[in-house]
Amino acid sequence: MKPAQFDYHAPTSVDEALALLQRYAGDAKILAGGQSLVPLLNFRLSRPAALVDLNRIPALAYIKEEGGQVRLGAMTRQRTIEFSPVVKERLPLLGEATRWVGHLPIRTRGTIGGSIAHADPSAEYPAVLTALAGEVVARGPKGERVIAAKDLFQTYLTTSLGADEILVEVRIPAMPAGAGYALEEFARRHGDFAIVGIAAMIVRQGPRCTVARLATAGAGPVPLRLRAAEEILERDGLGEAAIEAAARRAAELVSPDGDIHASADYRRHLTGVLTKRAITRALGVARG
Amino acid sequence: MAELVTVRLTVNGVAREGRCEPRKLLVDFLREDLQLTGTHVGCEHGICGACTILLNGQAARSCIMLAVQADGAELVTVEGLMQNGKLHPLQEAFREHHALQCGFCTPGMLLTALDLLRTNPAPTEAEIREGLSAVLCRCTGYQGIVNAVRAAARTPGGPAGA
Repeated sequence: MKPAQFDYHAPTSVDEALALLQRYAGDAKILAGGQSLVPLLNFRLSRPAALVDLNRIPALAYIKEEGGQVRLGAMTRQRTIEFSPVVKERLPLLGEATRWVGHLPIRTRGTIGGSIAHADPSAEYPAVLTALAGEVVARGPKGERVIAAKDLFQTYLTTSLGADEILVEVRIPAMPAGAGYALEEFARRHGDFAIVGIAAMIVRQGPRCTVARLATAGAGPVPLRLRAAEEILERDGLGEAAIEAAARRAAELVSPDGDIHASADYRRHLTGVLTKRAITRALGVARG
Repeated sequence: MAELVTVRLTVNGVAREGRCEPRKLLVDFLREDLQLTGTHVGCEHGICGACTILLNGQAARSCIMLAVQADGAELVTVEGLMQNGKLHPLQEAFREHHALQCGFCTPGMLLTALDLLRTNPAPTEAEIREGLSAVLCRCTGYQGIVNAVRAAARTPGGPAGA
């Protein structure tokens, strides 16, 4: 289990990296944290002609607040996000989700841009990006474009990013102060990929729910916003019956596939159970 | 044979250098080129954690990182824990608490635990188990390892300093 041969490039700027992608015309792979790509190389499931390693581009690693959003450079490490005061204050759902991303040594290398561009359907960051209606910035030969989460994930491991584009930034609207949040996940072992996960955010005013956000991981080929379940909470409030109804609706909204880890029915069942748990726990931390 | 690259890095405080293909994994570079065989190769795809090292102070898997990516980095491997002929306090705790049987996972356990204790000097048992879930052990049932890490966390002066 060793990688096949490849040309290795470690550019120090995004422009240089884009030129390399053009030169290899689709035969190069972008190497971010490498925590999913290098295993694929080791198994020789992926045999690119070249690797364009982004790890020597320091300008791609940052966390800042701008325009009501938290903006994270694509090469920001998961471990940095885990301990970031800005994330803790403005995007606590992302912070909580990070504790579920892989294991400690994986998060040392793993990046937010890599995780999102890899688009594993059971990964946590795509679910959070979807729940909070974030977007990504892609840079290509023709300049920059902004892609909303709902337009980014196409199917298993597939995004709308072009082969000549690089995901350079992740933008997530800062959560309202006092918003409740939870990431509930079931996996066989902490740190494994989720069988199903639910990302939730709740903004409450007394018994009323002014904003509900729910999205899945592992319950289909792409993360799914559970809009019809959110609407139940926004209409009927946060009583036990409304939460039950939202959880039931969530289970109806997903069409998961079965695989070696879990059947489709089991995943649908988990979607309902975890939605209820996520809303309930989010409610517990919500102020307002 | 592909073109070779030069890799210069610091391992356990010593400047080292080697030449290898860009596809060479860091763990193989450590073992084959630098003859540091304390770091073990297990699954080779980032699951078992046996190859965990400290990369610029943080625990990382050396089987899913290329040697060329470590150019300029500072590494600590299990060989660097013992100082002046004395076991590191965490190694002492592992011996005291029977935290190893075959020892294959031990290098990865030690370096993962060091990063855990660096960022969380007084972890609960649940936090220790969560941190160590990064490394698979097929002998001990983990209890001895958890006990050792708890004990090391309570050692005066702590296990820091690796």
